[in-house]
Amino acid sequence: MKQNKLSENAEAIRADKTISLTVNGETCILTIGDRPHDVVPSHTLAYTLRETLNLTGTKIGCDRGACAACTVLMDGRPVASCMVLTVECDGKSITTIEGLADPKTGTLHPIQKAFVDHTAFQCGFCTPGILMTTKALLEKIPSPSREDIQDALSGHYCRCISHYHVVGAVLSLSKKGD
Amino acid sequence: MASGHYRHIGKATVRKDAVNIVTGSLTYIDDIKMPGMLHGKVLRSPHAHADIKSIDTTKAAQLRGVRVVITFKDVPDWKIGMPEPHQRVLDHRVRYVGDGVALVAATTPEIAREALDLIEVDYDVLPSVPDMDEALKPGAPQLYDSYPGNILPPGCPYFGPNSLKAIIRGDVETGFQEADFIAEGTFGYENIPNPLPPEPPGAIVRWDGPNKMTVWSSVQCPNFLKMRLGGSTRVPEIRVVGIPCGGSYGSKITTWLVSLYAAALARAVNHPVKVYYSKEEHFSAYVLRLGSRISAKIGMKKDGTVTAVSGEWLVDTGAYSEMAQGMVAVGCGEAQLMIGSCQNWKLDTKTIVTNRNPSGTVRGFGGQELKSALVPLWTMAMEKGGLDPVEVFKKNFIKPGEGYFWRDGVWYTSSGKDYANAIEKGAEVFGWNDKWKGWLKPSKVNGSVRTGVGVGVHGNADAGEDVVEAQVRLSGDGSVVLHCSVTESGMGQRSSLCKMVAEVLNVPVERVSLTDPDTMINPFNFGLVGSRGTHAVGYAVIRAAEDAREKLLELAAVHFGLSKESLETKEGLVFSKAKPRPRIPWFRILGPMRTVTGSGNFEPDYTKPNFIMTFIEVEVDVDTGKTKLVRVVQATDAGQIIDPPTLAGQLYGGLGSAGIDTALFEETILDKTTGRILNGNMVDYKWRVFPELPDFDNVVLETGISTHRFKAVGVGEITTAPGPSAVFMAVSNALGKRITKYPATPDHILKELGRI
Repeated sequence: MKQNKLSENAEAIRADKTISLTVNGETCILTIGDRPHDVVPSHTLAYTLRETLNLTGTKIGCDRGACAACTVLMDGRPVASCMVLTVECDGKSITTIEGLADPKTGTLHPIQKAFVDHTAFQCGFCTPGILMTTKALLEKIPSPSREDIQDALSGHYCRCISHYHVVGAVLSLSKKGD
Repeated sequence: MASGHYRHIGKATVRKDAVNIVTGSLTYIDDIKMPGMLHGKVLRSPHAHADIKSIDTTKAAQLRGVRVVITFKDVPDWKIGMPEPHQRVLDHRVRYVGDGVALVAATTPEIAREALDLIEVDYDVLPSVPDMDEALKPGAPQLYDSYPGNILPPGCPYFGPNSLKAIIRGDVETGFQEADFIAEGTFGYENIPNPLPPEPPGAIVRWDGPNKMTVWSSVQCPNFLKMRLGGSTRVPEIRVVGIPCGGSYGSKITTWLVSLYAAALARAVNHPVKVYYSKEEHFSAYVLRLGSRISAKIGMKKDGTVTAVSGEWLVDTGAYSEMAQGMVAVGCGEAQLMIGSCQNWKLDTKTIVTNRNPSGTVRGFGGQELKSALVPLWTMAMEKGGLDPVEVFKKNFIKPGEGYFWRDGVWYTSSGKDYANAIEKGAEVFGWNDKWKGWLKPSKVNGSVRTGVGVGVHGNADAGEDVVEAQVRLSGDGSVVLHCSVTESGMGQRSSLCKMVAEVLNVPVERVSLTDPDTMINPFNFGLVGSRGTHAVGYAVIRAAEDAREKLLELAAVHFGLSKESLETKEGLVFSKAKPRPRIPWFRILGPMRTVTGSGNFEPDYTKPNFIMTFIEVEVDVDTGKTKLVRVVQATDAGQIIDPPTLAGQLYGGLGSAGIDTALFEETILDKTTGRILNGNMVDYKWRVFPELPDFDNVVLETGISTHRFKAVGVGEITTAPGPSAVFMAVSNALGKRITKYPATPDHILKELGRI
């Protein structure tokens, strides 16, 4: 009896110490703790994606929620992953830039293809975040106007000024006129 | 279109790194991990000027995971600076808020950061000089014992022994006697904006023994960084590998100090060490633009010819000079390109140190800083004569056959273009003649909203600067490898160079690869700076491809029993020009084990300046003071477009990287009492957002310029430079009153109008 009770407790502790989130369709069980590969409560989602899960496509610019370079989708909505703690992501579904192309064939998502065809980037550092916001935008508004696009991307910092090419690429995906 | 007869040149092609960029698989410096790699962090000074009385690292060194702590006491005697090194990597004295005090290497960035908090420092705070006015006062606190008066010696050693330090030409007294109008005054461009690439600077250094180290860094010029690190450390064998830059705009031409921090730590622990700045460090301890102030007198004739310019250009480089005298040299050269008609000059310069975050290399490179101060003074003379600035700029910009002293102090005569056509076309597209109503006259008034237009001009003879060596290697399998050290920092130039090679060899662009920018495996290339990629690097690369082609055809000539001149190659096949069959693949000539390599060199050519004119339209609401940038037209002649979308990107780039918007809202705000930057974060430092994009047109002529086979000249570096003075002019015209300082924030405008 005593032993059973103990193992129940251990399980409960273990259960409390893990979180489960879906990243690009795969379930990730992460342990809260301070050993290597654990999630420390202070870890941001951006940090966990890059350092623990090795998904370095998500870029960190300011790390303070002001430049949107680190944007990923959480349950379909764009979030600055540097402003979300990983421990808050239990049960959430996360999509990163690595999850945009077809996972089996590697075929580029139409948004990626449009950005390639329009050279809608210069240095490329802000591009993954812009692509993720664009994906959320097109799911919400399949036929965005120029203003819709500019508003949706208003938080994204691009210093090379790829803005005009980006707007052109996203407009080319707009279903308007179909 | 001029590109009609080319297969690739002038046509949009997919950038070679495009798929990597859109899938997130392009590797930037912070994406790199190495076995055993440690993380370095820098303890930074909270004081603008102080001596370190004592420093205790005991507790920090004992923290689990910390491998080493370094202070000025045990750091190697490495220095950076210009004209001679004057800033130690770590010193007993700190000279700005953010200056390095100690270095820590630890197993994780968090532990390294924690260790910084455990270092105990006792400072002896010294009086400081926050700006040029304070620095130049008699008896002012001195930053360096060896530089009395806080004035650095002039000259940029990289530009040779006679590097340009001032503009001294003709006789200004005679020039002023010939003038019909004379304007005189002082004007500053002192808001020290930050180029602020999205990616902070970083480097990884591996110490490979007493005489060797390897550096990976997001650096625009790996070879230049190698030269500088060699000068600082005297390490005989240094290998620098350029990693793609997440934006640079000149600020990562050399990541000199960041690399030395990583090197000092790597040397101490014998592990690779990464130092990657936070955004706060990027703001407070990395590159700002130069502060610039000109007091000058300008004489002009009624026809717009400038007869004399005399005065002094003061340059504030912050706590040390990384390259300020180089930017002064290029700025002085560019002033003469802008006012090519003027034969009488006496413009002296001073490079001044102050207790703030240092200025460093930025796109515009002295020219933007000079023009943003000089053009507002020049326009006062134009106003006296009632002259149209577009006409004055057109009349004065350097023409073929006219001369100038360039950065090396040597006199050159332009063999480039007369850019009058580009100016006229730009003015037409912008609608200048309709919108220009005269000096300090708005184009339109609609209630409280007043519209104004302005124009700025810039050109740079550095488009043909420095040396390039390149090689092109052809293999029997039909593949082509270009060996040239070129880091991608956003301009798409790695792809454009492959395109030039593909054009020469008549193969698909996909067939051509470019080696990684590694100083060990490539011949010398100074790097991508000063718009030189298209002319200088392009020239060497084209020559290498031509040489490889010729060598291949020499071998094929034996095979065919024909002269090499009678042979042609296309798609990796060789055939007789006269008889298109048989077509034999390169494999039949080279076999599986041989390659042919062609070489190409470029020697500096400072005789072909490039050109850009920026037209600006703004709406100023005089009730709120808010200025809206309505329209931008960039006009240039690129000779021949290599890749339309990437060129357009460079021209749009005039809005970014501390360019046009430095006249509207970009500024680094320094608390002059504490020396602290008050807006060193991405909320308080203002930047242009997607919903506020102005209408933007690019006018690019392609009239051919005698640079190389494709007759193209680069314009990327120059596109920010005319913007600030053009905005200044537009806002002043809208208000009907000259504004007196940058940037034209609502606050400032309402003050100028006497409303607050």
